Amino acid sequence: MSHAHAEGNSIESLERRTLEGRNKILGFWIFLGAEVVIFGTLFAAHIGLRSEVNFGPSGSELFSLPIVAIMTALLLTSSMTSVMAIQAMHRHDAKGVAVWLAVTVLLALGFLALEIYEFTHYVHEYGFDIQMSPFSTTFYVLVGCHGLHVAIGIIWISLLIGQLFKKGLTVVTAPKIYVASLYWHFIDVVWVFIFTVVYLMGKVG
Amino acid sequence: MAHAHAQASAHSHAHVHEHKKRYTGIMDWLTTVDHKKIGILYLGAGLVFFLIAGLEAVFVRLQLMYPMNNVLSAQQFNEMITMHGTTMLFLAALPILYGFFNFIVPLQIGARDVAFPFLNSLGFWTFVFGGILLNLGFFTGSLPDAGWTAYPPLSTMYSPGEGMDLYSIGLQLSGIGTLLGGINFIVTIVNMRAPGMTMMRMPLFTWTCFVMSILIVFAFSAFAVGLLMLTFDRIFGGNFFNPTTGGNVILWQHIFWIFGHPEVYILILPAFGILSEVIPTFSRKRLFGYTSMVFATAIIGFLGFMVWAHHMFTVGMGAVANTLFSIATMLIAVPTGIKIFNWIFTMWKGQITFNTANLFATGFIPSFTMGGVTGVMLAIAAADYQFQDSYFVVAHFHYVIVGGTVHGIFAAFFYWFPKMFGRKLNETLGKIMFWLFLIGFHMTFFVQHWLGLIGMPRRVYTYLDGQPGWNEMNFVSSVGALLMSVAVILLLINVIITMRKPADAEGDAWGDGRTLEWAIASPPPEYNFKQVPLVRGLDPWWLEKRAGRKEMTPAEPVGPIHMPNGSILPLIMSIGLFIAGLGIMYSQTIVAVLGFGVLIVCMVIRSLVDDPGYHIDPEELDSKGVKA
Amino acid sequence: MVNRWMKRLVPFMAMMLFLLTGCDYELAGVLSPKGPVAERQLELILLSLGVMILVLIVVFVLFFTVIVRFRRKPGQDEIPEQIEGNHKLEVTWTVIPILLLTILAIPMVVVTFNLEDEAQAFETEDALLIKVTGKQFWWEFEYPAQGIVTAQEVYIPVGEKVVFQLTASDVQHSFWVPELGGKKDTNVGNRNINYLYLEAEYPGVYKGKCAELCGQGHALMDFKVHAVERAEFDAWVKNMLTPATVTADVEKGAELFDNTCLTCHAVDPGQLSVGPNLNGFADRAYIGGFIENNADNLAQWIKDPLSMKPGVTMPGFQNSLTEEEINEIVKYLQSLN
Repeated sequence: MSHAHAEGNSIESLERRTLEGRNKILGFWIFLGAEVVIFGTLFAAHIGLRSEVNFGPSGSELFSLPIVAIMTALLLTSSMTSVMAIQAMHRHDAKGVAVWLAVTVLLALGFLALEIYEFTHYVHEYGFDIQMSPFSTTFYVLVGCHGLHVAIGIIWISLLIGQLFKKGLTVVTAPKIYVASLYWHFIDVVWVFIFTVVYLMGKVG
Repeated sequence: MAHAHAQASAHSHAHVHEHKKRYTGIMDWLTTVDHKKIGILYLGAGLVFFLIAGLEAVFVRLQLMYPMNNVLSAQQFNEMITMHGTTMLFLAALPILYGFFNFIVPLQIGARDVAFPFLNSLGFWTFVFGGILLNLGFFTGSLPDAGWTAYPPLSTMYSPGEGMDLYSIGLQLSGIGTLLGGINFIVTIVNMRAPGMTMMRMPLFTWTCFVMSILIVFAFSAFAVGLLMLTFDRIFGGNFFNPTTGGNVILWQHIFWIFGHPEVYILILPAFGILSEVIPTFSRKRLFGYTSMVFATAIIGFLGFMVWAHHMFTVGMGAVANTLFSIATMLIAVPTGIKIFNWIFTMWKGQITFNTANLFATGFIPSFTMGGVTGVMLAIAAADYQFQDSYFVVAHFHYVIVGGTVHGIFAAFFYWFPKMFGRKLNETLGKIMFWLFLIGFHMTFFVQHWLGLIGMPRRVYTYLDGQPGWNEMNFVSSVGALLMSVAVILLLINVIITMRKPADAEGDAWGDGRTLEWAIASPPPEYNFKQVPLVRGLDPWWLEKRAGRKEMTPAEPVGPIHMPNGSILPLIMSIGLFIAGLGIMYSQTIVAVLGFGVLIVCMVIRSLVDDPGYHIDPEELDSKGVKA
Repeated sequence: MVNRWMKRLVPFMAMMLFLLTGCDYELAGVLSPKGPVAERQLELILLSLGVMILVLIVVFVLFFTVIVRFRRKPGQDEIPEQIEGNHKLEVTWTVIPILLLTILAIPMVVVTFNLEDEAQAFETEDALLIKVTGKQFWWEFEYPAQGIVTAQEVYIPVGEKVVFQLTASDVQHSFWVPELGGKKDTNVGNRNINYLYLEAEYPGVYKGKCAELCGQGHALMDFKVHAVERAEFDAWVKNMLTPATVTADVEKGAELFDNTCLTCHAVDPGQLSVGPNLNGFADRAYIGGFIENNADNLAQWIKDPLSMKPGVTMPGFQNSLTEEEINEIVKYLQSLN
């Protein structure tokens, strides 16, 4: 069970064909388990502290749902395009993988740009920075942590696109791409929670 | 990653020339990705921190030896207890256990290395630099001083110096290493067992590594967030725990203990695993109730996440919460008791040899059980209202940690020393050490139960004269600490004189080895197994010996063995993170950016530059030591 | 043969000797309950101790039997029987501990809920409410119904229910009077106020301690609970509400005090202040919680409190007041009864 299976184009998909590949995938799922706890703790802190606005603005005053809706659409779409990339990978279509991953990155960049705009808007218009209140601190740390994850994902996937051109689709590059797409789905799921718990519930008040 | 040639066809490395990077001497140790060397590094670093933390404890006890003493000022005392607890738990106990897991677990499952050798090295170096960062206070003059539990607002608004920043950032850095190690062990155990080794044929030591690692993945992540929040409050003006703006100090307590309680099970489960190896070996009998032991381990791990608020009984959570956590805490006694009885019955009708390893293993049983029963007493919420934050608690946790984990560590040290270094430690010195340590341990901590009951709170830098019993009991407690120190010194001497002896230990060094690590040379060759073994049942080496064989049955033909190259990148990445940490601490953005930049550049290099390692040819394969 | 046993017995006896060092002394603190709460908690402790000693006896007897009886004898080379396990035994040592825990759990639930109910019922019941504020490194006590604010020494009537309302003004502290009952934390901020029910059955002065690391002065943050008969308590209340008359010989001291010390302290009966309210200070046994209250100590305290109690937040006045001025203030303080 710890040794390779059949060789060549076989039952096993490219990313699972080597022990290293299987190790990477399992290891990454476990890492995602740790990330669930990390974001879970941040969510718990946010839910516990969001009513403490320290005479500053609350979520219902701050949040602009239209922008957040656009951001959500961008990110959800980028998750879908990353699925297309994996499907291309399973068809051994290296070019297709590169294209879909590039679209994913572009959509993510759009998301990030809007988020940066959102944060700077809050700071300039409302003086709503990290130091204002427990609500502001938990907001920025939670949503900012997610944004940081998006930024890291952008850099990571961009580098993978580069590697794809240089080395092609191999048993070494395939697990990396697969794992990056797992990461991307995770980021997307976290955003769904943020959208619901932070923005929607915050807007309703 | 090292595995047999049969898989080479699954690699597309053909176009990349493989080569062995030849490092020797110090560079070899700085760049190694070999689990055995990394294990020894963890043991070495852990031992250094163990000595430092022990010295801190001696200072604490010297200060408390007499009433109104002035060996340490109040500030220095608070720093010493904080550093003692923090260093012992994060930088000594856990790394030493990681050292044993790293060296032994791949051998026990018939693997040639862990799943992620590079990450293994990275985990070690981040731990080292996190530990250095935490201890920088000895040079900057401002050490953490709010207890290892760092409750705000004391740890935030009322600790303005850098001390607590060293705590929040130093532990964050070393925590990365711990998390990486946990993930590594889980994947190794799930994916890389030798043919025939089902989960229920794994040695208990490997099982406890597995469950402990799961606890680490979930618990350390929560703590990382807590430390992040502490850092934000302290350095970036955050309001998580700021009561003046509406923050909630109790939030820290919940997050800390959701980590902190699993942490103590992270520390004790490996000791349970060690016992389950040492006792059967030196009773010449298989572990009694293997299946129960596995389930008990899993239940303890699971329940360990359900009891955290028993550290918060006096916070005012209400009777419902208190009783629920109280009952959950009492429940953990059941699987723990199951283990105690199974060890005793392993020895029943056995032929017991009492060498030092087994003295520590068996000595664990009465001492740890005493600690366990005071744990049940503490679990009773309404009674805990009296016990909480008194010396009764200090007595309890030292009984389970020193009587438990430390005994386990010493047992493992004597047991696996020949496997790691090719020689056995001196038995006479070992036995003297054992008795000195045992007497000193009980002297120090037994009286502390009484001190707690007559009203001595914990974390007090001194006490008033004239309180009946306080002077005498504190004095006795301090003398015990000195005895334990002598015992540890004897251990150091033992190691030094032993390393001068020739490395001539047998593969099956104790003669009655049961598990796979005893089927290969002491110390093992670089590649561990010339041929991956075939496992026929529990205690696979014992089974082969009883069937009359002198070696394990191989599961594959002899062939070239793939080995990974070492790398200097983990060391550099850790230095980068260390620099970044300093930059954050002192609000020097450029320094922080520089530090993170180093990290990112290394990560990019690692990802872009493929290093396929090298192969060892069959002609070179013979029983060579670690320094192949 | 004798030598072998001596080698085992001597260390064992040495160990036992040290185990016994704890058993010589007067019972105090938790082991000497002076009120119903502490009594019930001690009952729980003794019950659990008894059950656990039973467990220890079983484990120890089995353990010592095994390690003595099954030592490997010289020449014994045959492999012992490899026993897989025993289902009946596993069930036994699973079920019996569960039963023992149930014996402990039931009174635990009862007492825990009971204590909580008592503490919460103070509004409807005839209980004395005392507000406690933990500060670095002293205790403020406010009697809202009586209109009294005092510090360090709290008076309660014997045989009556008292509920302490607990909070802290700076960092986490914990309010503990071992002889009267278990502790509860004084949480910072308004969201986590605690209520602690205690009752004294016998008159006496009971030691109180802070039980949560709060900084340098944590070890010296002692306070006292004076449990007195109801009549004496009423007299104390009346006394506290009657300010001490400023006689001619302490006039100067009173004036200096008003000018220098009133920024932080207070002497009016019902007034809260940053530092301790010093109404009735002359009757307090200690300065700063643990220093004997006499003229010399008091003078030194005013000059340089940090030299007597680490971490104390009160500034020293040795550079801003002369020796005579300080002595006048001391005389005034010693008249506050």
